[in-house]
Amino acid sequence: MRKNGKNPENIALNVTNLACERGGFEIFADVSFTAMPGEVILLRGPNGVGKSTCLATLYGALPKSAGEISFENIDSEREPREYLHIVGYVPGVKTTLTVKENLMFWAQLYGGTENVLPAIEAAGLDAIQDSEASILSAGQTRRLGLARLLVANRPIWILDEPTSALDKQGDQWVGQLIADHCAEGGIVIAATHLEIPHLAPEAVKTVMIGHRAMDHAS
Amino acid sequence: MKPFLAVLTRDMKLATRIGGDSLTVLLFYIMTGAIMPFAIGPDKDQLAQLGPAIIWISALLSLLLALDRLFRLDHEDGSLLAMRQASLPLEMIVVAKICAHWVTTALPLIVATPILAILLNLEIDQTLRVIFTLLVGTPALICFGAIGAAVTVSIKRGGLIAPILILPLSIPTLIFGVSAVSGGAIANAQDAALLFLAGFTLLSLVFTPFAAALALKMAAE
Repeated sequence: MRKNGKNPENIALNVTNLACERGGFEIFADVSFTAMPGEVILLRGPNGVGKSTCLATLYGALPKSAGEISFENIDSEREPREYLHIVGYVPGVKTTLTVKENLMFWAQLYGGTENVLPAIEAAGLDAIQDSEASILSAGQTRRLGLARLLVANRPIWILDEPTSALDKQGDQWVGQLIADHCAEGGIVIAATHLEIPHLAPEAVKTVMIGHRAMDHAS
Repeated sequence: MKPFLAVLTRDMKLATRIGGDSLTVLLFYIMTGAIMPFAIGPDKDQLAQLGPAIIWISALLSLLLALDRLFRLDHEDGSLLAMRQASLPLEMIVVAKICAHWVTTALPLIVATPILAILLNLEIDQTLRVIFTLLVGTPALICFGAIGAAVTVSIKRGGLIAPILILPLSIPTLIFGVSAVSGGAIANAQDAALLFLAGFTLLSLVFTPFAAALALKMAAE
């Protein structure tokens, strides 16, 4: 029996035949998958094929040109965006705030935990928590951006290349973060080439995004 | 309320730390006002007559300086995208950012106005009047500026385009702001101008959050 502490409402996501058009060009089309609690959806495909665009369509920043995105079991009083965490390819870290202030802000904005120390420790930044984020290396900045996922509990994580700029240990750390989230019933949708450790293979679904845009470009 | 305060305090911290704009804007304001007597000449009466207009134009120009930073940095480093996932609507985030921006840029100018008033040979009662009209009118300038900043947020190096968009919108505020101090030809015109100025501020406070939030959403597309 799986714990579902991260997703008590059993939120699921159903995407059918999703497509997106930008300026008359079809960026991607016919993306369909179902994300049940505890599952990881990996979007794969070569550069420029529309992985980031697909994620942006999922979290609502871009309009879809066809298809359906439906969140199941969400409270009709709340917006779908309140169930999502997004970490894009730019980490959203303010360099003139300290590590702790950065995370405190997200915790307060998202109505999350009062105590951000566990998230700082999880990211391995506890020794420099009161230093300005400008002294962090690219990898540490990345970790700080990802630590945002831990300060407020949201069932669905949407991650765009979460392991860019990270070393091998960082890769492992992100893998563990995703695995832990899913072990407790969370859903992760990521554009990444990461192999996720400690996760049952049947919980990982790979969605290939096609070559349509590439064909047009050439 | 807590998420709103979180955005407010964060923006205030960012503006007052190294790389923030508060002090730059303040110094620009004082310097712009201070060089006017050199251009106009040492005629005290003329300076006192032009004083309110000089103070208002200095305030307008200095506020334009910092407006570009209102959304651009958050847009570029991904913060704005993540902020949109909060339960707090984007419109309220815009309001919080505008409030923080007013406190960190416009308020210091208003506090420093007596320095300019001395340089321009303004009477005490006229100085107080200028300070009062700035208190009433600067929120409108910041609001129009926020719309301009939101519209140009996705343009790389669009820093100079926003002022071009905002300046024409600021003309009514400038007209009523200055005439609320010095009146003009018609008797009792000052009070009427002050009411118009307050009206502009209230109107802009109502419309700006929606207009700016819409522009920011379109910029993310």
